[in-house]
Amino acid sequence: MRKWFYVLLAVVILAAAIPLAGVGCAEKESYKVGAIFAETGVNSSLGTPERQTVDMMVKKINDTGGISGHKLEVIAYDTKSDSNECALVTARLIEQDQVLAIIGPSSTGESNFIKQTILDSEIPLISCAAGATIVAAPNKWVFKTPQSDVLAVRELYKYMKGKGFTKIAILTDTGGYGKGGKTFLESEAASFGITIVTAETFDAAGTDMTAQLTNIKNTTAQAFVCWTTSQGAAIVAKNRTDINMTMPLFCSHGVANMTFINNAGSSANGVIFPAGKLLVADQLDDADPQKAVLLKYKTDFEEEYSGKTADTFGGHAYDALNMIVEALKEVGPDKAKIRDYIENEIKEWPGTGGMFNMSPDDHNGLTEGCFIMVEVKNGEWTWLKPS
Amino acid sequence: MKAILRNKWSYLAFGALLILLAIVPFTPRLDDYTMLMTFIAINTMVTVGLCLLMGYTGQVSLGQTAFYGIGAYVSAILSKTYGVNPWLAMLIAAAATGVFAYVIGFPIFRLRGNYLAMATLGLVLVVYVLFRELGEYTGGPDGMAGIPYLSIGGLAFKSRLAKYFLVWFFCLAILLVSQNIIRSRTGRALRAIHGSEPAAESVGIDLSRYKIKIFVLSAVYASIAGSLFVHTLRSVNPQPFGFMASVMIVTMAVVGGLASIWGALFGTAVVRILSNEVLLRFGGLDIIIYGVILMIVMILVPQGLFVGLRDTYERWRLKRTRKGAVT
Amino acid sequence: METGQFLQYLVSGLTMGSIYALVGLGFTIIFTVTGIINFAQGEFVMLGGMLSYILFTSFGLPSGLAILLSVVAAALVGIMLYLLGIRTARKASAVSLVVITIGASIFIRGVAGQIWTRDPVRPPYFSGSESLSFAGAYIQPQVLWIMGTALVAMIVLHVFFSYTMLGKALKACAISRAAAGLVGIDARAMALIAFALAAALGAIAGSVMAPHTTVSYESGVMLGLKGFVAAAIGGFKSHTLAFFGGLLVGLIESLTVAANWGPFQSEYADAVALIALLIILLIRSRRLSTEERAS
Repeated sequence: MRKWFYVLLAVVILAAAIPLAGVGCAEKESYKVGAIFAETGVNSSLGTPERQTVDMMVKKINDTGGISGHKLEVIAYDTKSDSNECALVTARLIEQDQVLAIIGPSSTGESNFIKQTILDSEIPLISCAAGATIVAAPNKWVFKTPQSDVLAVRELYKYMKGKGFTKIAILTDTGGYGKGGKTFLESEAASFGITIVTAETFDAAGTDMTAQLTNIKNTTAQAFVCWTTSQGAAIVAKNRTDINMTMPLFCSHGVANMTFINNAGSSANGVIFPAGKLLVADQLDDADPQKAVLLKYKTDFEEEYSGKTADTFGGHAYDALNMIVEALKEVGPDKAKIRDYIENEIKEWPGTGGMFNMSPDDHNGLTEGCFIMVEVKNGEWTWLKPS
Repeated sequence: MKAILRNKWSYLAFGALLILLAIVPFTPRLDDYTMLMTFIAINTMVTVGLCLLMGYTGQVSLGQTAFYGIGAYVSAILSKTYGVNPWLAMLIAAAATGVFAYVIGFPIFRLRGNYLAMATLGLVLVVYVLFRELGEYTGGPDGMAGIPYLSIGGLAFKSRLAKYFLVWFFCLAILLVSQNIIRSRTGRALRAIHGSEPAAESVGIDLSRYKIKIFVLSAVYASIAGSLFVHTLRSVNPQPFGFMASVMIVTMAVVGGLASIWGALFGTAVVRILSNEVLLRFGGLDIIIYGVILMIVMILVPQGLFVGLRDTYERWRLKRTRKGAVT
Repeated sequence: METGQFLQYLVSGLTMGSIYALVGLGFTIIFTVTGIINFAQGEFVMLGGMLSYILFTSFGLPSGLAILLSVVAAALVGIMLYLLGIRTARKASAVSLVVITIGASIFIRGVAGQIWTRDPVRPPYFSGSESLSFAGAYIQPQVLWIMGTALVAMIVLHVFFSYTMLGKALKACAISRAAAGLVGIDARAMALIAFALAAALGAIAGSVMAPHTTVSYESGVMLGLKGFVAAAIGGFKSHTLAFFGGLLVGLIESLTVAANWGPFQSEYADAVALIALLIILLIRSRRLSTEERAS
């Protein structure tokens, strides 16, 4: 036994020495950008496409000469959907890897958690999370590419009002995403003439929401809104048909990926939700300034990862990295200049999430127009064009 | 000093640690690890209490992160929302956590073995749900940001270095205090309990009193760690205080070695360095490798790495003495 | 509240409860024979679900065969965990063994996420997805499979451990390894069987529930936790109590959501179930400790 112990000790010491050995001095040529995505854990359905997108982009950019001749190096870490881990890898990127800018994290909770560190360290960050609080003042260095949850709520309510719904129920998950959705669903309702009859919640990792749906079924609500990501939403959709519920189901933009349709099966049909234009990229009018970007992203992604479909989450990372790459091209490797560029020069900028207009007051740069309404028909995304 | 440091080995270990701490932030390659070392210190404070608790009472407590979280949130809420002086907030948090641990310690220690583990698990989960749901106070699942710095006089512990030294100061203090306790009367009582509970009882040691004492102590340590945590990161949310985090603390304690203070430090450092430094380089494979290494370490050295090291050294020394005696 | 609505809450509670019960039974099997809490139990359940999906989808095997193979594979994993993880750690304390199972659960989870997929997936239903209705409530055929499996498992285990030679031998090891050895029972072989059995049961649970709940590489975490709670109600020793314990947890969760009153809201469903359990435990331990003191 003792012999083994020494072997183990040697291995541990050796393993610890690896980072110290290093790879030699850092290449002064390449531009280093950090990426922190939740590739494992509860948010892995967000982080995985984000990471894949970034990997694909780095390859493409470097194959075509890099950024003004400089190689693009993205140092990516998995936050494991854990805020603590996120803070650690952020510190590592800033102090050890000395990156010029960071993209990610994937969730609002993680983004808010490291916000102060980013502000204190004075490095530009473009988050891929939806919460409006991420870019709320005081904020100099943090930006985000996804459409804010409040915009999605407004777009949804606009549609529901148009269809005559006045009494609804809401079903949200207890995590950050659901909580954020709930806050806005409740605060925006009145201005659209909508009353919320009951508000139910469930664990995002839950596997049976029949009890909550039974509650909702027995109220006077005319429809209900489920605000969660595709995993939970698929179960909600399924449970709804299980108990023969006829109340229309509306969802959030979190269901905009194939996992929802694959797992909900025929129960997904009839579900309506606001989404970014990526889902219906080929149905868009040629004059739409976003069409070109969307199609390029879709084609590049699906070419690189055959068998997978491009989704909005990956799109957020696509937009974020493109913004930084553009800034690097124009102003070079300077954190403050990159920040200034993004804040001031990203105007009428077509991204996968919408047309971006960044400004000192608005570090998201998107308005309601970035959403469209989508219905699932026969297992496919169908654009509900405004009539 | 004599009461605090047992023998020349404690002196040496302590000295070596001090030297390491002093060198790291100022050496060109090593200074990248400053933040990691800071977190190791914070986690060690949580682990130490658990090592003592599990080592001396033989009971598994999955509840450390509950106290860690309470200390964190009380400090955060008092200092941010109510503008209380951060030091005072930390003190209040520690006191509150201590009292809370004392009160729930009684019913919890009535249970044994797996029941006790379950009860502590229940504690963590209930506290976690409260952190998540009492949104008005805690900021809900996304937590709060913008928590003020700790400061002395006009100087705030703002820079990386300042935080590093501050946190390690507390960590070392806690390690020393624990060392002291073990050498004291309480420590002897604990070791008696560890050896054999019926025997200890027969010499008049009140088992539950000592168990609760350790429980409260470990809770206070965790609370202080939590306060330092939020003042270092300046944000807080429920995630670091959930069930999985609790399991990680137990893992750190066991990997290092129970009933050993240096074991706590060692175990925490090994697990942290492993998951942060060695494994980050392997991308998606890292949790696989992490699991494997965890298993291998426990299989080969089940008494904990530090304790294993110490035992190996003791055996080597014994062998040498024997050899010397023969010749 | 009309009957139909109330019954629906019961169905929901019993559905989840049966799942928790199945996982809990796995914990109980290993604990009764070896005294170890197997933190990787949830992962066996996950393997059952994931493998039956993978074998069905990527390899085109018929459903039944896919499930059978996944159960066998899980049993093999259980055996390997025992041989490599537990048996080799000879002088390990109970706590160290638990940490080994923690490492194993992380490892299995990681491998599943890496070589298969990180997205949640759903294998096909056993007998269609048309809900059956009775007395105003609706129940999915798959749910009947789940409940049936849990009930059958509990009965089979009870009969096995109480009335068969092998079962009694396994139980003997739990009581005293040394004594069992004296009457010729090989404790190590028994432990191996226990691990294989628990893993197989977990995989069966996973296969039967995945069509209803979907399964992902992370499913094992929450299921392990809930199963642990169910087993704890049974003191980790009684299969019957673990079964009813699981049902109880499921019912409490469901009824808390239904009640929607005061602190009994859906957000607190987890906490309420746990607090109720802690109260039960406290009561149980009081009774147990008085018994202990009496003896």
